[in-house]
Amino acid sequence: MAVLELANISKHFGAIQAVNDVSFSLEAGQVVGLMGDNGAGKSTLVKMIAGNFRPSHGSMRLEGAELVMHRPVEARQHGIEIVHQDLALCNNLTAAANVFLGRELRRGFGPLRVLDYKAMYKRAGEIFRDLKSETRPRDLVRQMSGGQRQAVAIARTMLSEAKIVLMDEPTAAISVRQVAEVLNLIRQLRDRGIAVVLISHRMPDVFTVADRVIVMRRGHKVADKPIALSSPEEVTGLITGAIEQV
Amino acid sequence: MAVTLDQSISQKQQSWMAQVLGSQTFWVLIAVILACIFLSFATDSFATTKNLYNITRNVTFVAIIALGMTLVIITGGIDLSVGSVLCLCSMVLAVVMHAGYGIEVGIAAAIGTALVIGAFNGILIAYLDFPPFVVTLGMLSIARSLAMVASNNTVVFQFGPDHDKLLALGGGAWFFGIANPVLYMIVLALLTGFVLRWTRFGRYVFAIGGNEHAATLTGVPVRKIKVAVYMISALSAGIAGIIQTGWLGAVTTNIGAGMELQVIAAAVIGGANLAGGVGTAFGAIIGAALIEVIRNSLGLLGINAFWQGTFIGSAIVLAVLFDRIRNFRLSE
Repeated sequence: MAVLELANISKHFGAIQAVNDVSFSLEAGQVVGLMGDNGAGKSTLVKMIAGNFRPSHGSMRLEGAELVMHRPVEARQHGIEIVHQDLALCNNLTAAANVFLGRELRRGFGPLRVLDYKAMYKRAGEIFRDLKSETRPRDLVRQMSGGQRQAVAIARTMLSEAKIVLMDEPTAAISVRQVAEVLNLIRQLRDRGIAVVLISHRMPDVFTVADRVIVMRRGHKVADKPIALSSPEEVTGLITGAIEQV
Repeated sequence: MAVTLDQSISQKQQSWMAQVLGSQTFWVLIAVILACIFLSFATDSFATTKNLYNITRNVTFVAIIALGMTLVIITGGIDLSVGSVLCLCSMVLAVVMHAGYGIEVGIAAAIGTALVIGAFNGILIAYLDFPPFVVTLGMLSIARSLAMVASNNTVVFQFGPDHDKLLALGGGAWFFGIANPVLYMIVLALLTGFVLRWTRFGRYVFAIGGNEHAATLTGVPVRKIKVAVYMISALSAGIAGIIQTGWLGAVTTNIGAGMELQVIAAAVIGGANLAGGVGTAFGAIIGAALIEVIRNSLGLLGINAFWQGTFIGSAIVLAVLFDRIRNFRLSE
């Protein structure tokens, strides 16, 4: 069964039709590359899945149940996690503090509850180990490499049992060497049975790690096929409009 | 030997010692201690019980407000209104007690005033996106003017039936000869330090200063925390006002004038970063202590008081210079 099903989703802002009649489904343990030019509607689409916007038309079903969200926090409650493009990290805090930001572990009773540093360091360390990332929970994020910062942002999504992880341009701002590290992190998520949506401009990344590619152009879905049956040339053509639809 | 993933994850980048040596607060503390040692030998009057009593007590008013200010500065904000809020709260206390009410009513009225002002500042800043500088600059003017209105710009020095209680509260020394204000300062500093390190609230204060947008995205109640922080800042000014009133035994409408700058200086010397995200309760106290030691020593060494501003200003620049040098080395 599909984890998430989108049926005839549209979104318009006034007269602007940002997303037009898009349907697709996400399978557990599958990485879907979502591609398209600026303004193609991929961000709007993802923001609807993340609970930032409500669709104007159409419906979403999470594991078969109707999904209606009013605020972004609800997405998290449903097991939908987002890795923001800017990662949303606080440089002045430790890796563990960032992983648990907004979901701190505490010990004690009632109003006398204090932060449980030990448990948070331990849990964060376990997550980094699962991700096979050499990231130290006690270090400040300020001093970290781009790949480690990505690991911190991705570790957040693993605090709860996420079903879907949306990643917005995770490889846009980091060095080539670190890209490989991030692609490995994505594979780790996939191997844990999580459905990953990878929004990216970088063709090589999508073709390396994704199982399926969805191409958007001017609010429409113009392609949705297994990566093995496509090619970078075809996807480029679809993005620019040289190829109408497949 | 190959380092395994487990080993490198459990490592810490900086040792405890390196962290202490790298902190601005530590070096300022060393400066305070050296200055005290020097003054003990250079003058006969520094290391006397009476002088130390005076210094420790004088530190407290700036230090207590610097604790609240440090929270504001950590979130990346600023509160310029604290000097005027101190004045208004003192005046509310004085006027209420002068009118014949008890000390409890007076203190409640002063604290209530502080909280209302803090909430006003905070709501404008957090919910209406006013720049903190502008809101609190406005409040600097408003609060002092309200103090003048409340007292008709007179000096209040009679505090009704509980007159003696108030004076004992601020001027007494109930515990081993330590001035009462010093005790309040220590308790408040420990409380602030605890909140910053061990509570979720403290964690959020740092998160907002580090990256407010990130804090919002991860579900931190940024606006509520900001309002709370400005309320705490005003509250600290109110508490300092109550204690100072008890110590001075009189309230004029110019007490606390220009105090905001001393308070900010204390916080910054103690290691708080005006860009947000960095600061400690201990640092605020040490910063206030350095300022007071400088002030005191100039008097004792017979240096013209006009030099005071130069020395305090240099201390601000020097303290931050250490921080800059460290950052340059990090970025290399």
